[in-house]
Parts: sequence; structure tokens; C-alpha cells
Amino acid sequence: MRLRISHTTTYRYEPAATGVIQVLRLTPGSHDGQYVADWQIDVSADTKLDMHHDAFGNVTHVLTIGATEDLTITAEGLIETNDTGGVMRGTDERFPPQLFLRSTDLTEPSPAMATFTREIGGAEGDAISFLHALMTRLNDHMTFDSDPTHSGTTAAEAFTLRRGVCQDYAHVFIACARAGGIPARFVSGHFLRADGEVHQQAGHAWAEAYVPSLGWVGFDPANAICSTDAHARVAIGLDYLGAAPVRGTRYGGGLETLTVAVKVDQAGRQFQSQ
Amino acid sequence: MAVAFDEMNGPGGEVRQAYQELSRWLSETPPEALTHRRQEAELLFRRIGITFAVYGDAEAQERLIPFDVIPRILSGREWALMELGLKQRVRALNMFLRDIYHGRDILRAGIIPDDLIFQNPVFRPEMNGQAVPHDVYVHIAGIDIVRVDDENFYVLEDNARTPSGVSYMLENREVMMRLFPDLFARHRIAPVERYADELLTALRSVAPAHSSSEPTVALMTPGVYNSAYYEHSFLADKLGVELVEGRDLVVKNDEVFMRTTEGLKRVDVIYRRVDDDFLDPLTFRPDSALGVPGLMSAYRAGNVTLANAVGTGIADDKAVYSYMPDIVKFYLGEEPILKNVPTWRCREPGDLAYVLDHLSELVVKEVHGSGGYGMLIGPAATKATIEAFRDKLKREPEGFIAKPTLALSTCPTCTDAGLAPRHVDLRPFVLTGRDRVTIVPGGLTRVALKEGSLVVNSSQGGGTKDTWILDE
Amino acid sequence: MLSRTAENLFWLARYVERAEYLARTIDATLRVTALPNTYSGQGNEWDSALLTAGVAGSFYNHYDEANEANVVEYLSFAPTNPSSIRNCIEAARLNARSVRTALTGEMWATINSAWIELQENWSKGAKTREQLTAFLRFVQETSLRFDGSAYRTMLRNDAYWFSRLGVHLERADNTARILDVKYHLLLPEQEHVGGPLDYYQWSSILRSVSALTAYHWVYRQTLKPWLIADLLILNDSLPRSLASCYGNLVRNLDQIGVAYGRQGPAQRHARGIRNRLEHSDMEDIFQRGVHEFIQEFLADNSRLGEIVAKQYLI
Repeated sequence: MRLRISHTTTYRYEPAATGVIQVLRLTPGSHDGQYVADWQIDVSADTKLDMHHDAFGNVTHVLTIGATEDLTITAEGLIETNDTGGVMRGTDERFPPQLFLRSTDLTEPSPAMATFTREIGGAEGDAISFLHALMTRLNDHMTFDSDPTHSGTTAAEAFTLRRGVCQDYAHVFIACARAGGIPARFVSGHFLRADGEVHQQAGHAWAEAYVPSLGWVGFDPANAICSTDAHARVAIGLDYLGAAPVRGTRYGGGLETLTVAVKVDQAGRQFQSQ
Repeated sequence: MAVAFDEMNGPGGEVRQAYQELSRWLSETPPEALTHRRQEAELLFRRIGITFAVYGDAEAQERLIPFDVIPRILSGREWALMELGLKQRVRALNMFLRDIYHGRDILRAGIIPDDLIFQNPVFRPEMNGQAVPHDVYVHIAGIDIVRVDDENFYVLEDNARTPSGVSYMLENREVMMRLFPDLFARHRIAPVERYADELLTALRSVAPAHSSSEPTVALMTPGVYNSAYYEHSFLADKLGVELVEGRDLVVKNDEVFMRTTEGLKRVDVIYRRVDDDFLDPLTFRPDSALGVPGLMSAYRAGNVTLANAVGTGIADDKAVYSYMPDIVKFYLGEEPILKNVPTWRCREPGDLAYVLDHLSELVVKEVHGSGGYGMLIGPAATKATIEAFRDKLKREPEGFIAKPTLALSTCPTCTDAGLAPRHVDLRPFVLTGRDRVTIVPGGLTRVALKEGSLVVNSSQGGGTKDTWILDE
Repeated sequence: MLSRTAENLFWLARYVERAEYLARTIDATLRVTALPNTYSGQGNEWDSALLTAGVAGSFYNHYDEANEANVVEYLSFAPTNPSSIRNCIEAARLNARSVRTALTGEMWATINSAWIELQENWSKGAKTREQLTAFLRFVQETSLRFDGSAYRTMLRNDAYWFSRLGVHLERADNTARILDVKYHLLLPEQEHVGGPLDYYQWSSILRSVSALTAYHWVYRQTLKPWLIADLLILNDSLPRSLASCYGNLVRNLDQIGVAYGRQGPAQRHARGIRNRLEHSDMEDIFQRGVHEFIQEFLADNSRLGEIVAKQYLI
């Protein structure tokens, strides 16, 4: 599939910020299931972006600007994907899978989650069945609701609320998988919705878990499917913080308003003939 | 527990060589004179304002660390060997860190189990593949050493993050020289005052390759509420560098600047006394107000040196400690000069069984704890404490290591009942620059002031002494 | 120098100056209120003490009545009042601790021992008038020692100048505040009253800026309201007058500008205020309205604080 993606983040500062610094993880990389045909980042302010690869292999850009009232960052491009049944091959792996057994503040399992994991059972044996069962059970347990949670909500809080967004689903999934002894990590990216709605309020998030016989496999617990060619993978991390599209600080603190507009669409034929 | 070795009065009661002169002086000095100088010392310290804060102790937010005026003395020969051992150990620590964050040869060689590194919270994935200037990770190391007899010194622990205490080493000497000029005249004691100079030289030598020939060094503190704030301002003053807080620094285009009254000024080397977790809210804890947003990006770009490097905690981890002899052998192909205290790793079932059987004889420590909190000293603990600890151990064995209760050596110390032996340890400070490792002779001697106590931590009622290395 | 260091020095000096001013205000008010009613007047002197300290609003969040006990407690010791004397000394020491290496040993010792004395002797406040007087004397002496040690021991560089900026900005603010609260006593039409009541009111104003003796030396006259106003506003030989404060502010800012090789808005703004003071006489001021003049000055003065902060401190 050819996905045309545009991801626009707009900040307004009231009164003007005296300076802004942000670390962007907005640039996807290629692997066997995904080819980045074209990608670029535009920033409304006149500045240079400093590019790095972080320790996990994600492309990061650091943006520093002086006094400003607003800031718009647009990441857009074209990605060709194909369905690998969720199995990831050809990704940039810089750590052995067991690194992803580490817990983080956002993915610390609560006793209730440990019980939930134990009740599913079988994590020590057939990992892939366990992960599918976890995904289904989790999707039943939680209701999608963007109101009660925010970017700092922990897996344990979301699990208790039984509500949250794709990020919360992913955190709970990761926490439970790790509790079952299976390495798991957070993925931020984009998703082409099946219902034809191309405009979205945020990017997407899901998880990858490590199955010895297959390697890393993508699980999207919010949609209860393995990752497909509708998923465009941008960054990975131990949790949201490691893969967040934007982490930033502003100086001269006034009020900040943030709006995000994401558009994910299937590219037209005219691109395919190029 | 065996009777402790006393460093002045040897096993047979004879005065040991290094203490002969001190012993003579003590016998000539009337007790009132000593008391008088103790009071003077206290006054001096109070006036200088050397204080430290104790966490969870609102009443005494700033306290003096008790200072004992009787020096602790080591012979030049003893020190020479220790110095060799320290340099060897710190070289190995640096090579270990470089390896762990790059090729990881030591894991592939099967010397250290993988999970001890990868699942260790003090291993910083963010440092993976990160080049640090001149491959120096631990610029300042504080190695805690204890003595058990005439021959044997053991490393109790390595402090490779932000070791503190060096200001006491320097101030103790200042105060002693002021109070006991006569005693100094009767000894040849190796000086310590060039520490600040050596430190500045080391820090400047590791500036990023393309910074100016006069690199700017700054000392970064968490601020006035930090327990070691006095030391931070003391050192900044001695080094002649700015004492900065996170909010004084700003990152622009991957370079670090400090805000001055004349505008932004670039910083090349940051001697930071802020923990990894708080360094950069855009990489580590997002709620940190002590750090500098974007600092890690500038670090990654190679535009600033952090001393110590990020992620050095993996080298002073108490579980990794038990592998130190193997680490020295692996990287240097040498036998370790300084011994490790025998250590049981509770993560290993055989060791755990032994520890559970011998709790009343052992010291059990949390792998990630520091400052003497959350440890069990078997011989001194009540039955109930031991049983509570047993449960903790069974629940989370990988969180603990155990060591024998060493009979730490004692030194004569002023007490309300006159001179009496008290247990001591020693923390020398090892500096690593671009191409040399240096140590000023001596270090900080910490003394457990309570009779029989083995806990020397200042936060737990320990005091300090001046440490003399005799120049023979 | 680090901007924060300059900021700490600036505020350290301001807090010490403010503590002294509060102590003087309390002292002067105690004197007036000790007089029989015929001399002290019907107005509530404690209310006007609160006004000159700029905390009248917040006071009534904690107390119902502005009497001696409440106001003394609030201005001197109350933890709830961010600019009580106690909090000023706490804040001064905190600022000093942050910049210890930029202070001389004498300055640090002064502020540190004041802080220790505050903990040891005054943690429960002052129980009697006698104790209170001792406390107020202690505060004033601390300020004098601090000022003296700065003057005698500091290098004459930016550290010194930023600290002096704090002193003079705070001092100008304090003097202007007294004038603002008491201006009605100084209006010419009040002159005919001229009774004993006014005498004590006027001397109380002078006392709170330690200028009672100075007045007699300068004018060699009995107390006259327009001369009091002249002394406090325009006479640049009186260290607490607005003119003197601005003479010093302009000089300190110039020294900074020369050291850094750059002049800026702070220098221009300060010169503007000084020029206005230089070119005014009391007749103009009375004609335009003392109240309006002082209001404008207070706004200008706090604006200078903001400009200095923006140019150097943040």
C-alpha cells in the first residue's frame, strides 16, 4: 500500500515564548515491510534542524528557536508498505531483545495487571498464542476514550480506569507482556483507518513483542490486530517517552496551546506510475 | 567477629611505625589541650559553614559533619601499593564502560551475564553507541577502601557516578594545619592541596576535540537544597569555574551555553553533580526541573563533555562489583592489585541459600541503594529485623548482595571518655584525564563515631578525619 | 558573570534593605502610637504602616483588625507574609547561599549569623515591647553591617554594582511608598494646621527614613511639610532621597555599561528618571500634584527593575 501521511503540530504561545527547544521523532525509517519513498519536515520558524540517530536507531531532529508566538511543524511524505503479518524484518536493531524487558515508570505493572497476565497464562510456553490472547483480552478490558488519560498516564492508571487511547493500550500491553517475561516495546507511527476517515487528531501507537521463532511482531491492541500494511512505523522506545513524536520545552513560560492534525490517506495512482 | 585491627596499636599492643610520632605527641599533650583544640576545630568548621543536609530531617536541614582531630596515618609504602591498585581499577572501570556501551565484548566472552547489564536500571540505553571524548567515562572516582589487618586492604565499593566528600579531605587538612602546626613539623606529610589543580587539568584535557584551546568548564549543581551543595560551591571556587544550575544553561543548535550578564557564553566541559535521571527532561525524567532541555543532544553531537559521563552507574553497581576482579583481568590482562570483599550474589540460588542460612553473620545490601539506607548488618540486628529482611530477600533476591562483616580497622578517636578505637574506612579520589590517571595522596577517612559501629556514612552519624600519607 | 549570580546579588541586597526599612517603619509607628491621642491623631497609624509596607491587602486575609499586635506580628514574623522581616532575612540568606563564591567572607558571615540569630532567638517572635525593640535594633544593625562589609570588602566589579542596584532600587521604592501614603500630610494647604499633631506625624516620616537629624542640618528650620518633601524627593545629599538613589543607580548602571562595553535600555531609562528629578522643583511638583508625581515615580522605578532584569538577569 502507498500511504500519504501528513502530521502537523501547531503551538501557540500566549504571551510569546522567549525560546523553544524540541526533540522530534517524526521521521520514519525503512525496513522489509516499509519503504520510505519521500519524507520531509517543515518548520515555520527560520532555523536549522540538527539530525541524530538516538540509541534505539530512531531518527531525531533537534529544533531550537528564539522568541516566537507560534510554531508549526509539519512532517509529511509517502511510505510504501506491505503486509508481513506483523512480523518485523530488516529493522535497525541496536540491542538484544532482553533489553526490552526493562520496566519504566510508565509501564510498571500493578498487582492487578500481574494477576490479569497470570490468568491469561502460557507466557512461558507458546509466546505467540499468549500475545494474541493478551491483545484480545486487553481490547475487551479497555474502552477507547480520549478524555480521562493524557500523555503522562501510566499503564497501571489506564488499566484501573479501563479507558484510554492507543498509547494507553500499548503501555498496558507492554507492561503485561514484560510481566510474562516477553520483551516488548512501544511503537509510534500512523495508521490508515479502515472506515475511510483520513483526518485524525493524533498519530497512532502500538506495541511490538519479541517471539523467539519469529523475531519482533507488531501488535495493535487498540485495534486488536497485528500490525499490517495500514501501519506506518516511525519510532520505537521502551515506552511513549522514548518514541514520542515531540518532546520539548519552552522558555519564558506563558500559556501554550497545542493542536495536532494528522492526515493518513492512500496515495493516488499518479504516484504509483512514477 | 574477630577483634579489629587497630592502626596505631598493633596486634601485640606495640605502636605501629607510622604512628610512633603521633603516639609520642599524644603522650606529651595534656587531655585539656586536645579538648581545647577540638572546640577550636568545631568553631572553624562552623565559621566556614561546611554543612551537609540530611534527607528526611527537617529539623537539622544543615548540619556539620563531626570532625575528629586525631589523624589517620598510612605509610608511604602502604600508599604506593594502594595507588597502583587504584589506578589499575579505575582504568579497568573506564574500559568496561566503553565496552558495555559499544562492542560488549565482555558479555560475548560470557564473563558477565547479559541480564545483569540489560535489565539493570543503571544501564543507560541512551548511551549505547555514544562516543565520549577520549573514551573517559569516569573522570572522578571515589573508591571506598577498608583495611582488615596489617597486610590486607579491600575495595568496599566503587563510586563512579558523582562521588562526594573531597571538600572534607581538603578542609580537614586546612583546619589541621592551622590547629596543629607542631604536629606537622614533626612529620613529613604528603600535601593534598593540589587536588583542585589536578581536577581542573583533567577536566580541561577532556574537552570536545573542536572546542577552543581555552575550554570553558562549569560545575553543575542541583542547587542550594542539595545535600552536597556546600561541596559544589567550595569546588567551583577552588577550580575558579562558574557554579551553574540547570536553569543557567541553555542548548542552541546542539551547543551548550550559560546565561551571563553579557549574553550567552559557550560551555565545553560540565562537571556535573546532578544525577543522570535529572540531566535532561527531553531524554530522561520529563518532570526534572534541575536539568537542561536538549543537553543530551549536544552531548550526542560531541559538543560538550559531561564529567562523569552518563551511564557510569553500571560500573559501580553493587551486583557488577562482584565481577570486578574478572573485569580487571579481562581488560588489562593483569591480576587485580586491590582485593574485592568476598561477595555473595543473591541472584544466584546457591549464594542465596548460603546468605539465608547466615543472615546473622553477614552484611546484606541493596544492589541499587546508597548512603547506608536499607542495609542489614547481621551481627548487630535484632531477630525481628533479620526475619523481616529474610522476607524481603526471598521476594526479590536479585536486588541484594551480601558480604561478610569485615572487622574494619580502627583508629584512635576522641570520645567523651577520652581516646578510644573507632572503625574507619578510606575514600581516595582518582582523577582520569585524557592521558593520565592521578590521585592526590590520601583521601577522606570516614569514622564511625559510635562505639562498635561499622557505619561510617555521614548521613548515619559518621565523622571524618584528616588522612596522612607519610612521605618517607 | 552568570545572570543568576547577578540576580541573586541584586535580590540579596534588596531583601536586606527591605528588612531594614520595615524595621524603621515599625519603630516610627511605635513612637507615634505611644503618644496621647491629641498628638497621634485619629487616623490608624498601623493601617498606614501596612500601606507603606505594601501589604495592606494581604494583611486582611489573615487578620480582622490592624492593631499593634497584629501588624507587628505580620510585618516582623508572620510566615504568611512573604515580605515580613523574617522572610526577607530568610530570602536574603537563600540568595546569599546560592552565590556564596561571589560574596566576601564578611558579607556571608553577616547574613549567615543574622539568619542563625533569627532561628535561635526570634523563632517565637517578640513577646514584649522591650524584646521587639531589641529585635528591630538587630535588624537595622544587620543591614548596616551588611552594607558596610559590602562597601569595605567587595571588589569594585559587576558583582558589586549589581548588588548596589538592588539597594538603591529598593530604597527608592521604600521612600516613595512613605511619601505616597503620607502625601496628604505634606500638602501646602495643611500648613495652617501646623499643630503638635502634625509635628509628630512629620517627624515620624523622617524617622522612618532616618532623616530627622539630617533635616535640621540641611534646613536649620522647624519641620515644614514642603521642606520634608523637598528633602526626601529632591535633595541628593540625603542617601534615602529619590534623587540620591537615582544618582547612584545611573552611576552603577554606567559602570556596568562601561565594563561590558555596551549601554542598553536600563541605562537610558534610569537617566530619564534622574533627569526628570533634576529638572523638577517642589513648586512644580506641588502644582502637578504630589500624589500623581509619586505614583508616576513608583511605576517608573518598578519599570526600571523589569528592564534591568530583562537586560541582565534572565
